[in-house]
Amino acid sequence: METIKARLTREKIHRFIFGTREKQGFGKQLIVYGLLICIGFVYLYPMLYMISTSFMSRDDLLDTSVKWLPNHLYVQNYIDAARSMNFVPSFLKGILIAALPTLCNVLICMMVGYGFARYDFKGKKIMMGILLFSYILPSQVTMIPTYVLYNNLGILGTILTFVLPALFGNGLNAPIFILIFYQFFRQIPKVLTEAAAIDGAGHFKTFFRIAVPSAIPAIVTVVLFSFVWYWNESYLTELYVQGLSTKSIWTNLVVQLKNFDSSFETRASVGDTATSLNESVRMAATTISILPLLIMYLILQKQFVESIDRAGITGE
Amino acid sequence: MAEKLRRKKKKSLQEREDRMGYLFVLPWIIGVLLFVLIPLGQSFYYMWFNIRITPLETKFIPVGTGNFTQIWLENPEFPQQLVTYIWQTIVEVPIIVVFALLIAMMLNGKIKAKGFFRLIFFLPVIIVSGPVMNMLVSEGASNIPAMNTQVVINAMDTFLPYSVARSIGDLFGNMIMILWYSGVQILIFLSALQKVDPSLYEAAKMDGGSGWECFWKITLPTIKNFILLNAVYTVIFMSGNEQNSLIVMIKNAMFSGTKEKGYGYASAMAWMYAIVVTLIVLLFFLLLGSKKDVYDRIAAKRRRALKKEERNLEKVRRRNARNVRRLEKARKSSRYKTYDGHGDY
Repeated sequence: METIKARLTREKIHRFIFGTREKQGFGKQLIVYGLLICIGFVYLYPMLYMISTSFMSRDDLLDTSVKWLPNHLYVQNYIDAARSMNFVPSFLKGILIAALPTLCNVLICMMVGYGFARYDFKGKKIMMGILLFSYILPSQVTMIPTYVLYNNLGILGTILTFVLPALFGNGLNAPIFILIFYQFFRQIPKVLTEAAAIDGAGHFKTFFRIAVPSAIPAIVTVVLFSFVWYWNESYLTELYVQGLSTKSIWTNLVVQLKNFDSSFETRASVGDTATSLNESVRMAATTISILPLLIMYLILQKQFVESIDRAGITGE
Repeated sequence: MAEKLRRKKKKSLQEREDRMGYLFVLPWIIGVLLFVLIPLGQSFYYMWFNIRITPLETKFIPVGTGNFTQIWLENPEFPQQLVTYIWQTIVEVPIIVVFALLIAMMLNGKIKAKGFFRLIFFLPVIIVSGPVMNMLVSEGASNIPAMNTQVVINAMDTFLPYSVARSIGDLFGNMIMILWYSGVQILIFLSALQKVDPSLYEAAKMDGGSGWECFWKITLPTIKNFILLNAVYTVIFMSGNEQNSLIVMIKNAMFSGTKEKGYGYASAMAWMYAIVVTLIVLLFFLLLGSKKDVYDRIAAKRRRALKKEERNLEKVRRRNARNVRRLEKARKSSRYKTYDGHGDY
């Protein structure tokens, strides 16, 4: 009697911890949640550090007893950083720099993806190969002649340097977007386009009336990612759109952040700022440059998280 | 005859239709010529020259392999960084991919507050950019203070080359940044995992398969292609990110005012860098590329055997026909007389 009872409880404990086939055990769940929370914290750590530091005044920074929570919210850091980064113009131009090429990217990549998916012309395989190759190839190889080309065209230091390649299907990460649309358009049944053709729609009418409206999920994905990637691009923005000349008016927040130290120093030397350059100001600048996308992400989070699902990238 | 004609006409109609495809792809063709292939050739041309830009003209001074010897022999930084980059990529990419898979699998399970966790894990997708990362790294937000990396490096330095030891040490120091690189990869894995047919798991469970076996026998083979996809994506992402000091070096060389540097020098650097990146991608292709599984192999073998049989049959048929023709001809020229049922045999 006693032993049976003991075994029963042991079994119960085992079931409680490891679970049965139908129900997850408590122990397993504990491990999963523990891991998720730990890794989640590690993910958030830099952000938390950044935000908490950005509100610290100089006294808080020097005070070793202040670790996470500043004594009071010191907003002056933000004012100084924003002034040094030229926040409003940089922000607006950043939106333009990201939005215009994105628009071209979406339109052209959609067309090209449709062409690859719907038609079966000669040399298609080679072209797809070149498409992949152009993705793998680092942009540094083509950067120098392209720079010379833009210089000869006289568009260096203008937004056209981003719009032009996007218009010709070679914008930032365009191969990925073309492949997304390719995958998507391959999934729409051919009967649909054939029916449209029988009803007398031409090739382009079929494309605009049938293919484009059905591709809304893919369009959302491409718009979001293209915008974010253009927004975060600093290397090429500095090289082409800013043209590495100080005279150009084009700049975005990320490039401003990159050159933050020097621009802040020059401002500080004129006596334009209330604080000297320190960690808090730099973290405040970082927060500012992240903030617009962060807000966008919080609003559109559902679209972001589900976008790749619905665009069916993975529908091989 | 009529059928043949119809088939030909149908084919040409199809072909004409398909020719419209060129029209759709045309912008991209122009773009790829203008912005990829021609510049590629040009920079290949540039790298054999020392290019000096004066206000009046651009001088091309042929130097042969001078740029390369300059880079390898007189600029110690570039080769050093290149080696570090190679090790770093080879070590970090598998870690990023495995982490992404782990997180994706946990997010794919039955958990509460799934939306909240997803929100956190996709956050890096939005934020990751060169300057932001550099800023965070320089302010020490990227490493966990409790980890002492120098100890790790010293311990490994005894039996590994220094560059390897250092890249592994950097790995521990930069754990957070490495995790931050895996945003898009998690997205891709997650949607791949959701596409796995749940009835497969049910069937496996019926047969008494544990979760561990299910992972190795069902999940992993199904998402194998996406592991490759993610590995390649990670390599490309890391090669183009501004945290990578090599590409900054190339840009600086491009605009350097010194006599030996300039466009030609930078082109030579860029070409070497591109070759290294391509080789790394190739390496992952070879490692993770789709080896056919047993079933596919058997099917292919059977298909080959069938084809061979068919070919043999065809051969026999042709030979028979040839023999018949030959016999017919011989009979016509009446070399052989066959008995046709009349007269004497």
